[in-house]
Amino acid sequence: MAWADLVIVIMVVLVLVAACAALFLKNLLGAAVATALVSLGVSVFFVMLRAPDVALTEAAIGAGLGGLLLALAARRLGLWRIEAQEESEHAGGPAC
Amino acid sequence: MSEFALLTLLIGALGLVALGIGGLVLSRNLFRVVLALALAEAGANLLLVLVGFRQSAWGAIAPIIESGRDAASLTPSMVDPIPQALVLTAIVIGVGVQALALSLAIRAYGAYGTLDMNALRARMETDIDSAAGTQPARCQHAPAGGRPLPPISAGARRADTPGTPA
Repeated sequence: MAWADLVIVIMVVLVLVAACAALFLKNLLGAAVATALVSLGVSVFFVMLRAPDVALTEAAIGAGLGGLLLALAARRLGLWRIEAQEESEHAGGPAC
Repeated sequence: MSEFALLTLLIGALGLVALGIGGLVLSRNLFRVVLALALAEAGANLLLVLVGFRQSAWGAIAPIIESGRDAASLTPSMVDPIPQALVLTAIVIGVGVQALALSLAIRAYGAYGTLDMNALRARMETDIDSAAGTQPARCQHAPAGGRPLPPISAGARRADTPGTPA
């Protein structure tokens, strides 16, 4: 197996695991970070597919600006919690 | 790039699209719906660029023609640039769509105080019923029957109704 093949297999597994994490994590801030991670992995695939301009845009706009938007919206929606136990001690409300 | 690597990339792209659509349909939290939309969009972009991939015996090159090189000899091993240009646009539009969806979710959270889809639907139904002055729907298959149509101005109604002196 060539070196590029190994990199691609590892990255595909990582991206699919990150996508599952984005859908199944209880912590929605962590899910937003996982979505940005998927965008970064896809930009690596774009480099492998000889599309450097698309890779640049995906990394800067898709991962950077998109992740920033998701994080700001999470803060606005009251989903900004780093640790679940600490939040439940303070607020006492049910985790959503 | 070998056939195996391309097949792996195809599986990755289709898996991303499948996970995104599944999350879009099945998740109840509005914020997670936006996340699933971003996943499906990344998978679709990867699929489009993968369709445009071409290579000759000595590999693939990026679609950039340097000055002084013969374009005709370069073209057979050059990657198709048109899907790349489309995907470049689609990435930016995708972030715009994401921002719009997030702002709508923030507005819905501000108005109803929850992000759960079922609770949101129930409160919206209650709101519509109280605004229209009708009884709430008994079940899903028998929606509120007396819900009025959008208001018609008095002049138009009088002209339409037969037998009414104008």
